[in-house]
Amino acid sequence: MTRFIDLTLNGISTGSVYAAVALALVMIWRATRIVNFAQGGMLMITTFIASDVISSTGSYWLGFAVALASGLVLGALVERLLIRRVEGGPPLNAVIVALGLLILLEAIAGMIWGNTPRSFPPAFTIRGYELGGTRLLFSPDDTFIVLVVIGVALGLAALFRYTALGLRMRAAALAPEVARLLGVRVGRMFTLGWALAAFVGSLAGVLVAPSVFVGPSQFDPILIFGFTAAVIGGLDSPPGSVVGGLLLGLVLSYVSGYEGAALVTLAALAVLVAVLMVRPGGLFSTTRERRV
Amino acid sequence: MNAAPPAEHDANTAPALEVEGLSTDYGPVRAVDDVTLAVREGCITAVLGANGAGKTSLLRTICGLAPASAGHVRLAGRDIRGIAVEDLVRHGLALVPEGRGVITELTTEENLRLGGLWRGADGGELRQIYELFPPLRERRTQLAGSLSGGERQMLSICRALMARPRVLLLDEPSLGLAPIVSAQIMRLIRALAAERGLAVLLVEQNARSALSIADRGVVLSLGRVVADDDADALAANEDLRRAYLGL
Repeated sequence: MTRFIDLTLNGISTGSVYAAVALALVMIWRATRIVNFAQGGMLMITTFIASDVISSTGSYWLGFAVALASGLVLGALVERLLIRRVEGGPPLNAVIVALGLLILLEAIAGMIWGNTPRSFPPAFTIRGYELGGTRLLFSPDDTFIVLVVIGVALGLAALFRYTALGLRMRAAALAPEVARLLGVRVGRMFTLGWALAAFVGSLAGVLVAPSVFVGPSQFDPILIFGFTAAVIGGLDSPPGSVVGGLLLGLVLSYVSGYEGAALVTLAALAVLVAVLMVRPGGLFSTTRERRV
Repeated sequence: MNAAPPAEHDANTAPALEVEGLSTDYGPVRAVDDVTLAVREGCITAVLGANGAGKTSLLRTICGLAPASAGHVRLAGRDIRGIAVEDLVRHGLALVPEGRGVITELTTEENLRLGGLWRGADGGELRQIYELFPPLRERRTQLAGSLSGGERQMLSICRALMARPRVLLLDEPSLGLAPIVSAQIMRLIRALAAERGLAVLLVEQNARSALSIADRGVVLSLGRVVADDDADALAANEDLRRAYLGL
């Protein structure tokens, strides 16, 4: 029973990270219909920057803040300098640009920081809570991860739902031409959307870094699981991405705990296939699939 | 291209909307060909013509959604060429696009608020709109996609009104609506022009209902203006009716 609780709590914690990556992907997909495969590289860069700040200043929280801030800036820059040129073109162009950027960022990171993964400090201790004499796998740092992801997801939901800025961003994403006619600066909304998405991505990076270490390609599995979570959730739905992330985190935690870590990747694929067979559009899709 | 400088217009006497020698090319196809027309404050000009006559292209060019290859568009005497689409609303121009143009994934109220965002419209404005058309108030938390065709058209017009335009462009507002709903919409448009002093450019395939509320009518064929006259005179012109309006 303790094992089950351990695996469940662990699944919620890693699932939160997948949820954050999924959220970053979904936000960009909604706004610009682009799957941002470069997200893994972008959050890797911001985590390296945080790592440098932490080791030179000794302040975790300064590094944490710098990671988030550099995520905002990096997201905005990528949209303005690269993606703007392929927006509205064939979808494949954007995918190739994103993949190219991923490779470029990983190469640049290797040149600057080297290819040997380095450790990254957690925000709080990773020693598990004690419960009735046994020590759980779930730690204060896990609590922090779950709470901060939930907090950011709720904050974004509130931004989109209750603010004028959020309304502008949704309108720009849903109907760019109508939005422009109503005076919405659509280009600016896209830039902001990318910035916010990269912000969430960089958050996922610093949260997961203590367990995967920081290296140019250390975050590739996180990107893949995040993408899987996003597709499970419906790719179009921010709440769906959070649910998809948690669901995937739980399933992978059980599989890894009961069956062995080697099966994790296969299990992710199995979950994806199972969900898409039952609901081809994902769990939270609003578009109805065609019945044939 | 006309090399002469644009004529000086006195803002007080210039028509609210003036289109002069406007042309649009889609590749080798000239969709709008040297169109000139004007709409004064409080007046409705109907743009009529068959499918493919260039009516929608004309509206899109006026709004800058399609690039003009020649000509001028002026709002109260001011040339708006080169002004970004997202700034036109700040110059008093609003378009009600074809096919309703409401954002179906947003609620009725969100669609309305969107119209007033650029000038920070408050709740008072919304209340006014709801008084104008109470069914929208009842459905204000529903997704716009769940509204009927007539309600969507009403929402689309009301959203444009939230922007407080001086010039309103309407693209086929009666398309696909039941005759009784279409008549309702037409009455609303007439009232808006009369009460708010709006200059309305009304693009319609349904010539009969458009001419019933318009002051002037312009008939387009293959992108060119083939008639420009008082609405009554147009409606009475047998040859024109048969040749272009299918009446």
